[in-house]
Amino acid sequence: MWNEVPLFPEQASTAAPWVDSLYLMLVAISTIMTLLVAGALFVFCVKYRRRPGHERALPAVASTRVEVFVMLFMLLVFLSIFFIGARVYYMTNQPPPNSMDIYVVGKQWMWHLQHPGGQREINELHVPINTPIKVTMTSQDVIHDFSIPAFRVKQDVIPGRYAYMWFNATKPGKYHLFCAEYCGTDHSQMVGWVIAMEPRDYQEWLRTRSDESAASRGRKLFLQFQCITCHNRESSNRAPLLEEIYGNRVPLQAGTSVIADDAYLRESILQPKAKIVAGYRPIMPSYQGQADERDILDLIAFIRSLGPNQTPLRNEDSDPRKQQGATTDDP
Amino acid sequence: MIHEPPVQEMAQTPDATPRPRQPLHYLNVAYGVKSWLFTVDHKRIGILYLVSVTLMFVLGGIAATMVRVELLTPRGDLLTRDNYNKTFTMHGIIMVFYFLIPSIPSVLGNFVLPLMVGARDLAFPKLNLASWHIYMIGAIFTLYVMLAGGVDTGWTFYTPYSTRSAHTHVIATALGILILGFSSIFTAINFIVTIHRMRAPGMTWFRMPLFVWSLYATSLIIILGTPVLTITIILLAVERIFQVGIFDPAIGGDPILFQHLFWFYSHPAVYIMILPGMGVISELVTCFARKEIFGYKAIAFSSIGIAVLGFLVWGHHMFATTMSDYAKLIFSMLSFLVAVPSAIKVFNWTATLYKGSISFQTPMLYALGFIGLFTIGGLTGLFLATLAVDVHVTDTYFIVAHFHYIMVGGMVMAYMGGLHYWWPKISGRMYPEGWAKLGCLLIFVGFNLTFFPQFILGYLGMPRRYHDYSIYPQLQVLNVLSTAGASILAVGYFIPLVYFLWALGNGKKAPSNPWGSSGLEWKTPSPPPTENFETTPIVTTGPYVYNPDQETEVVG
Ligand code: HEC
Ligand SMILES: [Cu+2]
Ligand SMILES: [Cu+2]
Repeated sequence: MWNEVPLFPEQASTAAPWVDSLYLMLVAISTIMTLLVAGALFVFCVKYRRRPGHERALPAVASTRVEVFVMLFMLLVFLSIFFIGARVYYMTNQPPPNSMDIYVVGKQWMWHLQHPGGQREINELHVPINTPIKVTMTSQDVIHDFSIPAFRVKQDVIPGRYAYMWFNATKPGKYHLFCAEYCGTDHSQMVGWVIAMEPRDYQEWLRTRSDESAASRGRKLFLQFQCITCHNRESSNRAPLLEEIYGNRVPLQAGTSVIADDAYLRESILQPKAKIVAGYRPIMPSYQGQADERDILDLIAFIRSLGPNQTPLRNEDSDPRKQQGATTDDP
Repeated sequence: MIHEPPVQEMAQTPDATPRPRQPLHYLNVAYGVKSWLFTVDHKRIGILYLVSVTLMFVLGGIAATMVRVELLTPRGDLLTRDNYNKTFTMHGIIMVFYFLIPSIPSVLGNFVLPLMVGARDLAFPKLNLASWHIYMIGAIFTLYVMLAGGVDTGWTFYTPYSTRSAHTHVIATALGILILGFSSIFTAINFIVTIHRMRAPGMTWFRMPLFVWSLYATSLIIILGTPVLTITIILLAVERIFQVGIFDPAIGGDPILFQHLFWFYSHPAVYIMILPGMGVISELVTCFARKEIFGYKAIAFSSIGIAVLGFLVWGHHMFATTMSDYAKLIFSMLSFLVAVPSAIKVFNWTATLYKGSISFQTPMLYALGFIGLFTIGGLTGLFLATLAVDVHVTDTYFIVAHFHYIMVGGMVMAYMGGLHYWWPKISGRMYPEGWAKLGCLLIFVGFNLTFFPQFILGYLGMPRRYHDYSIYPQLQVLNVLSTAGASILAVGYFIPLVYFLWALGNGKKAPSNPWGSSGLEWKTPSPPPTENFETTPIVTTGPYVYNPDQETEVVG
């Protein structure tokens, strides 16, 4: 039984060795300090125990010099740990620009995961190794937390906003995925696996999935939710065209501007009045309560895929047969 | 009223003071339920608190036992999921709000603070009684919730789970805690005013015992922090009852706002719990080493430093949220800074032993245990202040282990030490030393066996608040160790419960100063008379005079 007891988690991401060396450094410092304190206590307790002939304490003066020295020494040790820790955090915190995007929606009590091509999984995530992966996450209900101990990453998944994290797996294998923030009855069942595979195997795995692409699902929603009645070519003075806005700067009524990223697009759909595009009136209704978080991810994927002249026609109905190949079949 | 000039010189050993044959003291001055429930004597109120917090500790302990037994096996087989969630919630709420926060201030502080500063009572005796009554009303709410079906939000009440999703008795529980807050505030006001206004003649600020300093710092935190908790609870109730969007994003609120408000109180609350414990340790270490404390002012000021800095580090509970990276960095740095005053204290206690004359009665054993366990608790706090490491271990058993080292290894050890130390004064009886040492040893061993494995479990990634870990069955061995430790711990706590009760009737009669301590509270008979001192003492030296050539200067 004992040889099956793990004492240290598997190291399976680029961040893991960093976090572990920090951790081991802290373990070393703590061990030394604990031994110093325990050693001093032990020695004093033996040497100065009360016994016949030693009934009273010997005179010993407390000196401010010693006190200040100890304080400065502690300060130095603690602040050094802070700086090293902050450096590692910074190094491992920002995703590289060309990361692959994975989308996560947490809800009581399961994980919905979505690949860039639209492939969906539940409580299981397949990822290629040696590929930086940026995870964009939100929750449908309460706060959850997406935790993969083998990668040393963890991020609260908060309703009403996107949270991000990233990792780069280094070793093929099957790793635990936990919900680490208490979320009710089945919190302990909101668990699953991350399967890291060689990029070739990952491509192979993707091919076996027949999911519709996210952009094409988003296109259907765009028609179904009647977004098209405003956002179309004929009435582009009524509502802005959404072609090629993803990742670009949008001028706002307030005189400022924003980059149209996932968080901005999400907000535009759920709280359209939060940021008004320059030159338009705030007539767009909120889709809060109508579109769930996964719909929004699809809508964003669709907007992201919109090239010039690819907005669907206004009178196109939402018959699925007419929408094969997402956006490419437009005139 | 206590500043009357001394009528006659009191002899060195208070035992020699002429006393009537059947001395009247606070215990035998009146009998009957009413004389207890409506007493305004700080000592009797201390006893009322002692009984109440002990009952709450037993309840919280039963919940802890159920949690540990459930985790013996990976599968959730003892309790249903919902009942497990309710059980750990009850454990947390009872232990934090009904035991850890009130125990040392309201039991030991209430009893000895006036004695230590040479006063007849606290400044506002009726407010003191009101504080206990309010505590009991709060406790009734919690007991009602337990009987009515429980609450399952965790003691942290995170939104929007608590406002939208939980179908349990959130409002009643939160109201109980809100009410309880007033009991803390009343006690704190009483302590602050007493310390400012009622010190015996000659007791300057720097002649106050360090326990008094720590109670002063604690009271400041309580007065500044508790109102924020009260407001947070009201906001939570408003959202839950009237669906006003404050924390729930679905109706326009911000769930992170709740965490900021909650931890703005609850991080300082950690110091509300541990500072009084640190004060007790300063008393124990000097008394049993028969030596002046090393660095009196450093310890006194570090209490105040902790009280101030403690308000600036709440964000370290939120490193896994979407708080900005700059905020995280600042909170990380401040958390390292707040560790300095605590480290100073550990250094000073250890240095006090140097060249002392150390004896090892039970209170001292608890004090030594405290220093060791608090050191481990504090050092593991550095792990959590370190951003990159915290992200990996937050919300896991590492956190659980860390704060139990501070709260149980620190605060409860100090409370037990203090209770043994002042027990002769409180009850007029000695407790049986042999049993007490055995209890202390079991608590120390059981504690470490319970919580040390949890550090490893946490680093392996085991999340907190999991009813079932069958997906990761390799964690079982460490969990079994932890549960085994918990059963030793339970026996360790049970032993003192029995012998303290036994000692009430059968213990050896306690002299007025069994430990040869220099504090004022030992200059009056055990148990003390209702008015504490027969004549108001006059203080001419610091609190820890064990040096033979200065020893004769406290006169009454
Ligand atoms: C009633 C007309 C109307 C409907 C229906 C409508 N919108 Fe809008 N939308 C607008 C207008 C007007 C604006 C610009 C003003 C603003 O920012 O609110 C806009 C802005 C936006 C923007 C920001 C565009 C930019 O350039 O920054 C996005 C994204 C968007 N809408 C998506 C959608 C989606 C997706 C739907 C369907 C789910 C939808 N809209 C439905 C009128 C509408
Ligand atoms: Cu969860
Ligand atoms: Cu804290």
